[in-house]
Amino acid sequence: MSTQTPSGASAASARETTEGTVYTVTGGDWDEIAQSAAKSDDERIIVNMGPQHPSTHGVLRLILEIDGETVTEARCGIGYLHTGIEKNLEFRTWTQGTTFVTRMDYLTPFFNEAAYCLAVEKLLGITDEIPDRATIIRVLLMELNRISSHLVCIATGGMELGATTIMIYGFRDRELILDIYELITGLRMNHAYIRPGGLAQDLPPGAVDQIREFVKKMTKNLPEYDKLATGNPIFKARMQDVGYLDLAGCMALGATGPVLRSAGLPHDLRKSQPYCGYETYDFEVPTADTCDSYGRFLIRLEEMRQSLRIVEQCLDRLQPGPVMVADKKIAWPAQLALGPDGLGNSLDHIKKIMGTSMEALIHHFKLVTEGFRVPPGQAYATVESPKGELGVHVVSDGGTRPYRVHFRDPSFTNLQAMAAMCEGGQVADVIVAVASIDPVMGGVDR
Amino acid sequence: MGLEEKLPSGFLLTTVEQAAGWVRKASVFPATFGLACCAIEMMTTGAGRYDLARFGMEVFRGSPRQADLMIVAGRVSQKMAPVLRQVYDQMPNPKWVISMGVCASSGGMFNNYAIVQGVDHIVPVDIYLPGCPPRPEMLMDAILKLHQKIQTSKLGVNAEEAAREAEEAALKALPTIEMKGLLR
Amino acid sequence: MSDANGNGVNPEKDLGASNLPGQRGDKGEEIRVQRGMFGANNGGDTSGYGGLVRSIRLPGAATRPYGGWFDEVADELEGALEEQGLVPENVIDKTVVDRDEITFHVEREYLLRVAQTLRDDPALRFELCTGVSGVHYPHDKGRELHAVYHLRSITHNRLIRLEVSTPDADPHVPSLVSVYPTNDWHERETYDFFGLIFDGHPALTRIMMPDDWQGFPQRKDYPLGGIPVEYKGAQIPAPDQRRSYS
Repeated sequence: MSTQTPSGASAASARETTEGTVYTVTGGDWDEIAQSAAKSDDERIIVNMGPQHPSTHGVLRLILEIDGETVTEARCGIGYLHTGIEKNLEFRTWTQGTTFVTRMDYLTPFFNEAAYCLAVEKLLGITDEIPDRATIIRVLLMELNRISSHLVCIATGGMELGATTIMIYGFRDRELILDIYELITGLRMNHAYIRPGGLAQDLPPGAVDQIREFVKKMTKNLPEYDKLATGNPIFKARMQDVGYLDLAGCMALGATGPVLRSAGLPHDLRKSQPYCGYETYDFEVPTADTCDSYGRFLIRLEEMRQSLRIVEQCLDRLQPGPVMVADKKIAWPAQLALGPDGLGNSLDHIKKIMGTSMEALIHHFKLVTEGFRVPPGQAYATVESPKGELGVHVVSDGGTRPYRVHFRDPSFTNLQAMAAMCEGGQVADVIVAVASIDPVMGGVDR
Repeated sequence: MGLEEKLPSGFLLTTVEQAAGWVRKASVFPATFGLACCAIEMMTTGAGRYDLARFGMEVFRGSPRQADLMIVAGRVSQKMAPVLRQVYDQMPNPKWVISMGVCASSGGMFNNYAIVQGVDHIVPVDIYLPGCPPRPEMLMDAILKLHQKIQTSKLGVNAEEAAREAEEAALKALPTIEMKGLLR
Repeated sequence: MSDANGNGVNPEKDLGASNLPGQRGDKGEEIRVQRGMFGANNGGDTSGYGGLVRSIRLPGAATRPYGGWFDEVADELEGALEEQGLVPENVIDKTVVDRDEITFHVEREYLLRVAQTLRDDPALRFELCTGVSGVHYPHDKGRELHAVYHLRSITHNRLIRLEVSTPDADPHVPSLVSVYPTNDWHERETYDFFGLIFDGHPALTRIMMPDDWQGFPQRKDYPLGGIPVEYKGAQIPAPDQRRSYS
């Protein structure tokens, strides 16, 4: 941490810059700095919090100008996790792109994949040809993902307030969802399961039963969060009227998701611009009129309940069928099954391409190494991620690789509201406000 | 560091080495250095089901000055690299580094302008842990392997001797590019 | 093998063939002419595909009616611009309707007025801007850099796209921060990655890359920056150095 004071004696190491004397202090030197600042009481102190700080929700850097305990100005420094994923996508095929996008906002992998695939499918013009089963499984996984993302938000948000119990609870329930992911996709995180045209493979046997079991368990576990936190006076005192952002502020700053809904506007893309058949599901969009962190917390809890409702409806609708488009120019050639070596394999398919059909072998080789071509043009697809509107702008030049992919990540946009929420408040409330935005730096920086 | 570094080689030093290793390995304090996806798995490891507390290290220190293990969990960007080095420099000796996940170990799939291709360009790494992200069990395995390493670590003149031997062995080792046949 | 304009083979001959990729007629905007295949452009042509010439075209301007509510938005926008004493043809370069999305290509000097009109006109009311995305077309001379905005109207439940193009030699676009404050970080990001300068932005600095970074990393002329990877004793080049399909 470094503190900037124009004057004042301190034991910390000092150096002259064009801005004035800069003292670099760490850990134990704080008392002296606070004393020397108190002596000359009209000094402003700029505190640099992060990028490595236990309660900034990842590698987020907050630059706070403080006057006593009051934050007079707040700014964010981001980019500490910039990964260049958008550039990397331009050197991989359209299908390989899912492997990259799933690592953007690593708490909402299925939303990234689904948004990307919806955009690619729009470019391909096959939006209507996606099999029903694939769409239902997409919705199912996205809603499970919404629960797991909100659980991490509540868990880490609680931990940043100092409530470690709620963190243990949140991660306990998240593990249940991760078990389902692992059964279905083989991975706990970063799945690359949703592919342009459908899904990588069908649900494995036993998945539906395990999800039903989970819904039962989760319905029982959800009230525990209410008991633990909702009525808790300390929790309420820390969260109520903190991180205030009203509707006008939300619209100007482009905030979406729980932040916007906490200002009372029931804007949810699942209702207003339905994708993946959301118009046929029965669920409600919770709102609050408090515009504060507590309202966002309550909205997240209620959204988890609504997601459970959607998951149940998905399970009831599942009918056997294909999970990939019928078009063999796009669909992966083989329907893979789990081999004895733990990897996906298809002996029938290998027999066919190696033994009987040279054309099938050529087709397999071309599709897997070269990939399919996407007609030139651009498309913008959006999904309602747990954080807000996740938009994907995809440009194709007719090649086998994306020409440009841009993710409009809700964390990135919502984090801009940090200054509006924190200025004029207490230093400790900054943590609460940032936690209520729920930024995931992987999504912010990409 | 302390007196133990100045002991002469012999029975006394090896006894002190064993005692120090045993004490050190039993109370490793990791610094919170979560960067990306791996950080979530690191938190999961500390939470209920996997329960890192069984190995005496559930307390993740907020300040690097109170920590002796840095788990670099996630991709290190060019912008984060100086920060990471500063945090490492702030940690008191003796200190260890686990490079968690393939991005921290080698840059992984993000072979591009933004990501440091392996955190060993910046800090010395004791344990490389593959996986994207590694499962919590794998992180615990890495931690237990680190415990073994700490237990057998040398002190004083023995440490100098060990470092010299390691350097000689590394100089003699055949580079991978010159190896012949199937490299399995 | 090239037509009178020297634009390469026009794919209109094969318009009937549905199995060929990238067939969108001759109406489109040509952004690039591609020669050869498999990215083998250094050394002799052993593939036999070296003489292949293909023109890459993006969807071109649409004619009325655009269909659905697109006409309503276009009419309202043109009417509102006329009220302000502007000639819509000068402001809107062209209107593209493709894949159920409408794109207004706006001349950059009018971008701010158009955005203000789109936000404030009661019949348009695009109150939410979802940021700006930069696209770099290095071979599209005079219009190399594009800034793409998506505007959402919650009132009318609509989404439109604005696109502005600038030459690489003069990469200036007016900033929309005064109309949509949400574009603050988005414009900084686009500046950081593409070098597009948004005039009127309150603090146009790098946001993702370190402050002293050289170059704009997501432009097409900026290399991916990967390093060769050694795997089982063999060197595997970075993804942008490998031979690839083109």
